[in-house]
Amino acid sequence: MEFTLITLLNGLSYGLLLFMLSSGLTLIFSMMGVLNFAHASFYMLGAYFAYTVSTQLGFWPALFVAPLIVGAIGALVERYGLRAVHKYGHVPELLFTFGLSFVVVELVQLLWGRAAVPYRIPPELDGSLFTLYTTTFPIYRGFMMLVALVMLLAIYLILTRTRIGLVIQAALTHPDMVEALGHNVPRVFMLVFGGGCALAGLAGVIGGNAFATEPAMAATVGSIVFVVVVVGGMGSLVGALLASLLIGIIQTFAVALDYSFGSLLSLFGAHISIDTPGYAVLNLTIAESAAILPYLLMVLILIFRPKGLMGTREG
Amino acid sequence: MKFEPINLGRWLVWGLFALLLIVAPLIFTQGASVSLLSQMATLMIFGLSYNMLLGQGGMLSFGHAAYSGLGAFVAIHAMNMASNGQLAVQVTLIPLVGGIAGMFFGVLFGYVTTKKSGTTFAMITLGIVELVFACSLMFPGFFGGEGGVTTNRVIGEPFLGITYGPQIQVYYLIAFWLFISAVGMFAFTQTPLGRMANAVRDNPERAEFIGFNTQWVRYLTLVLSAFFAGISGGLAAINFEIVSAENVSMVRSGAVLLFTFIGGIGFFFGPMIGAVVGVFLTVMLSSYTKAWQLYLGVFFILIVMFAPGGIASLIMLNLRVIKFGRFGRVWPKLWVTCAMALVALVGVVMMIEMLYHVTLNAASGPMKELLGFAVDTTAPTGWLIALVLLAAGAFGFWRTKSAFQKAWSEVNVEIEDMIRRAEA
Repeated sequence: MEFTLITLLNGLSYGLLLFMLSSGLTLIFSMMGVLNFAHASFYMLGAYFAYTVSTQLGFWPALFVAPLIVGAIGALVERYGLRAVHKYGHVPELLFTFGLSFVVVELVQLLWGRAAVPYRIPPELDGSLFTLYTTTFPIYRGFMMLVALVMLLAIYLILTRTRIGLVIQAALTHPDMVEALGHNVPRVFMLVFGGGCALAGLAGVIGGNAFATEPAMAATVGSIVFVVVVVGGMGSLVGALLASLLIGIIQTFAVALDYSFGSLLSLFGAHISIDTPGYAVLNLTIAESAAILPYLLMVLILIFRPKGLMGTREG
Repeated sequence: MKFEPINLGRWLVWGLFALLLIVAPLIFTQGASVSLLSQMATLMIFGLSYNMLLGQGGMLSFGHAAYSGLGAFVAIHAMNMASNGQLAVQVTLIPLVGGIAGMFFGVLFGYVTTKKSGTTFAMITLGIVELVFACSLMFPGFFGGEGGVTTNRVIGEPFLGITYGPQIQVYYLIAFWLFISAVGMFAFTQTPLGRMANAVRDNPERAEFIGFNTQWVRYLTLVLSAFFAGISGGLAAINFEIVSAENVSMVRSGAVLLFTFIGGIGFFFGPMIGAVVGVFLTVMLSSYTKAWQLYLGVFFILIVMFAPGGIASLIMLNLRVIKFGRFGRVWPKLWVTCAMALVALVGVVMMIEMLYHVTLNAASGPMKELLGFAVDTTAPTGWLIALVLLAAGAFGFWRTKSAFQKAWSEVNVEIEDMIRRAEA
């Protein structure tokens, strides 16, 4: 019971962090059709800027400043990079962001060095929030969940209750009509791209000190985020939320479970030894295979429900 | 019966290509050049097979290394079994083993990936390559864990005196397979399936209305492409005698995408140029500077933004201008613009190199060797020179660019006019 609850909480907080990352990606994708390969790079930039700002001003200003800087960089990238490539189609746009992800990793190493930087959890958030049976749950995990939920609420309110949100939603389906009504659609795109990058930056600010702030951090989450978007259904925010939570929980549980097919079979009296055919597969524990579970989930989803959990159409 | 003249030009080009492959190691005789040529030839097959997807089928794959890498693993196990006497196979035919293995995995993974096209396809291939990479660390028995699988390519009795011990013999083996694969892949572009792949790339909806199953066309193209990728993997296994998890990684897949696109996806020979550039960048440039990945990334972005046809299209466009005898009018403006860009480039490179030195190498003192000069990175002189070069070059480029663009577009409009008149 204790194990289940605490793992569930950890899974939820990891899933919510994944959602913070994938929400920006989904938003950009559903708006502009651009798959931002450099999205995880913006996550990394967020963490690094937060580190630099927090050494000067402290963590709380960094929480607001770093996403703004990342958002501004994102808007500039859209304005002077993506917009120029837009005329060639979606695949060159993807290639552009792919090249960008290379350059960002190198620039980060150029500015902050190749080793991890000591970006730490602020002292006021360091400690335990509550104790469940015998395991403590850190405050910072709770803080991460809170930020993610506030962000989810904010996106929802902005998209459905504000004027700019309505323009964004309209530009999503009828860009020509919106332009005819006098709205500057390219600027809306720039705003959305910058906003999506700012969300990734925010995820970096609170994810960077929970995990490690290092040049490899973009690569570690990069592929998972894409899996989330495919599993959730391309361009669906609700789908992204469900998929993030699902993958977060599955992975957290899997890492903690030390069982294999072999141990299941031996429950039924089968004798498994090194000579048994398929020993390598049978002896593999769930914990060892945790890394491939998200990708397996993606393959299964694609076979049995190609449009994703919440997708509306098959692309 | 239709009259078909012998296509002399095509015979000539392929003949020259074969000749070039044969004489290349005789021209470049410096120490490591045969090894570099072998790497280039292997990468050429890989790039050409990748271009079957990207250039011909319009499928942007982030996971092509899965096929070449798994092909390489199967090939290296086949070699090890051959040396134990469990399997009777010549080293000459090992690439074929890799190819069949690549094809097998193409049949397996392609079924899932080719369900989609466009950007979704790209994401799924990314997932597949990560899946294979994660598996490579889970099954050390087959993938050799962190250290990889090693082998010895000198197996059994020498055949006609060929042992594949010396590098030059391996080069000719690779060149032989490169020629066969290149002919095979070029022939594929001429088949009905190859043509259909183009149609599915350009207008999938219309292709479906004519009655073709676009998914099936993509699937078949991918399976064939995986076959050639597997051949390149088998050759890499013979060449390096080691295959590790890195061979099935996202890094390898990304590299082939970079080089193929830089070479040019619109022309059949584009990936070959890309392979030459790629080996130069990764092997040569990386021994000179730590910033080579930055240069590679920026170069790639510039190609995507300003020359989406890659180097091949730049060459072909200039060749067209020469063919129509208009190069004399473009040339004076072209070289001035290029010279200005070069000046700015030197400034940028100086700055990047000094910056790298300051952040990563500061422990070894403030001096940095740049183009034969020792520059003090703590004194302002070096930075100032770099800044002046950059500013002067950028200003000059900006001033001369419009004149060049004008001349270029004028000439091209004239040429297109001439072509239209010739057709009418």
